[in-house]
Amino acid sequence: MNYVLRKLLFYAVAVWAAITLNFAIPRLLPGNPVDILLAKLQQRGGTITPQSREAYAALLGGDTDDSLLHQYWTYLVNLAHGDLGTSVTYFPTKVTDVISTSMPWTITLVGIATIIAAILGVGLGAVVGWRPGTWLDSAVPATTILAAVPYFWLALVLVYLLARVLGWFPSQGGYDVVLDPGFNGPFLQSALLYGFLPALTIVLASLGGWMLGMRNMMVSTLSEDYVLTARAKGLPERTIMRNYAARNAVLPSIAGFAISLGFVVSGSVVTEQVFSYPGIGSKLLSAVQNNDYALMQGIFLYITLAVLGANLVVDLLYGLIDPRTRAKG
Amino acid sequence: MSTSHSETPEPPVRDQADVPGEVLPDHEGGRLEPAAASAPIAPTGPGGPLAAPATAPVANPMPRGRRSLLPTMTPWLAVGLTLVVAIGLFGAFGPFFVGDPDAINDIGLSGPSGANLLGTTQTGQDVLSQLAFATRGSLQIGLLVGVMATVLSAFFGIYGAYLGGFADEAFSLLSNVFLVIPGLPLVIVISGFVPPEDRGLWTIALVLALTSWAASSRVLRAQTLSVRNRDYVAASQLAGERPWRVIAVEILPNLLPVLASQFVYAVIAAILGEAGLSFLGLGASNSSTLGTMLFYAQNGFALPLGAWWWFVPPGLIIALFGMGLSLINFSIDEIIDPKLKNARTSRRRLRRAAQEGR
Repeated sequence: MNYVLRKLLFYAVAVWAAITLNFAIPRLLPGNPVDILLAKLQQRGGTITPQSREAYAALLGGDTDDSLLHQYWTYLVNLAHGDLGTSVTYFPTKVTDVISTSMPWTITLVGIATIIAAILGVGLGAVVGWRPGTWLDSAVPATTILAAVPYFWLALVLVYLLARVLGWFPSQGGYDVVLDPGFNGPFLQSALLYGFLPALTIVLASLGGWMLGMRNMMVSTLSEDYVLTARAKGLPERTIMRNYAARNAVLPSIAGFAISLGFVVSGSVVTEQVFSYPGIGSKLLSAVQNNDYALMQGIFLYITLAVLGANLVVDLLYGLIDPRTRAKG
Repeated sequence: MSTSHSETPEPPVRDQADVPGEVLPDHEGGRLEPAAASAPIAPTGPGGPLAAPATAPVANPMPRGRRSLLPTMTPWLAVGLTLVVAIGLFGAFGPFFVGDPDAINDIGLSGPSGANLLGTTQTGQDVLSQLAFATRGSLQIGLLVGVMATVLSAFFGIYGAYLGGFADEAFSLLSNVFLVIPGLPLVIVISGFVPPEDRGLWTIALVLALTSWAASSRVLRAQTLSVRNRDYVAASQLAGERPWRVIAVEILPNLLPVLASQFVYAVIAAILGEAGLSFLGLGASNSSTLGTMLFYAQNGFALPLGAWWWFVPPGLIIALFGMGLSLINFSIDEIIDPKLKNARTSRRRLRRAAQEGR
């Protein structure tokens, strides 16, 4: 279980790095975010007590009386209490509340789309890579255009074609606003309909990467001795492809999940903007446009933690799939 | 335990790559011969007398080994080169031939016509002129960030792996942490804190480079680790060469294909990242890139108004340029992993054999 322990330790370091980065960024960059934020807060009718000023200064810097170490400590204590400040954009909602209402939208969208893209891409890649050199295989390079397409542009084109010209899908929002959000049939149906185009965007744009990676690994795996042995044993082709070649070829794709997820999350943040999707990406953007630094930092922290969590799960799964990770000390 | 295998110096991929060339008489490498002779990737290099015996494989004549380090011309590589060169020329020279991209006209939002080949924007600006200048802007930032990110990844990946020990552990931890922290949200947050007047081209380029070097640093580290322990590297070290010279002369030539492929990926990622950032209105101020074009198209209601000629071309240029670069990378990948090339050529050989037999 050395592997699990090492992974947990690494992600602990990564979480610490993300939290510290969050602390350092506003202090390293020019500008005085605390004053701008408090001015905005006052405009919205918030009262500024010395305590709230101190809390924001701990979050964003600008407090010259305290030592940096003490500021860092206050920041960590506030973070541990789940206190990320008040959002200016959605005043007087707390940052944590804004995030908790928008996070499920993004996690569901990105999660489902990523799983579909990964399964579809790996499956297609395995089939194509199994017989390299066929016409199907020589058409594979054409899919690189999918990997190079900007997510938000693909979203624009899909909205234009499927929503505006054909009118099949709604082009804006995450659900029909006349409905009550909650676990009821009409709402879920509407969320599915509204989520189709954003999900299609993510699937199309990330499919190519999965497919190419899998195809290339499959081709490399074909010349391995164990595939030859399996053939010599007279095993059915399907069994060799599924249980021998594909199972080994998929490992680098899983190991490279962190890179893929990073691209998907980055892409979906911008895509949400095109659809005015009620997820965390749109919130991040309105936070940036309104100089809502507290919300900005909170969202960055949450996105990073979510990505780290997903990567940790995949890494632990990898440990289960690949026995070599356990054998090595 | 020690087999004779480990005694003979083994260049990484060249031997295997030669196999198809040997069987196929029409190996296209012939055309590439002159370039190969002067190519800087000749494995011997000015490596001093000690390096010479190690880099000269006994069994294989030199030219073929060198030739296999250059990509073979395939239809897809031709498509890729055509796309990249065409878009590159359009970005480099297009702005000299088109009109003023900011000139406002009274024919707002008209479709493609003889006067305006790609139609006009909401305020009657010529889309083609804007496209030419925007392509130039995007290519500039792509190259700039590509170079910066590759230098960073080479430093952390190659130098770290060469030094080994604590430095390697620290560098590799750093790149792994940067790898799992999502890039664009970080870039958005940083851009949000920088006031627009301070948000210049170099700032954006630096931020994009700082958030995108990690993946290729990992690839380079793995490659360096496999090269570092070769005999000719040890020989060079024993001869008292300084570390930077060992890296530059003995290790770097082996990594050139990998480095090239990582650079190409870095350029694609940079162009895409900058486009996303500019589309959100967070790009470099006063810059004109394909992303800012899309930003103005989105804010000028190009989509609800159905002005496809305004928002389709910028994205298409990004996609086609990225596709072209990826296709070039395919050929580089075949140099790095000869199994990919073998798969392609052996299938062709089988087909030809079947035809001849008939």
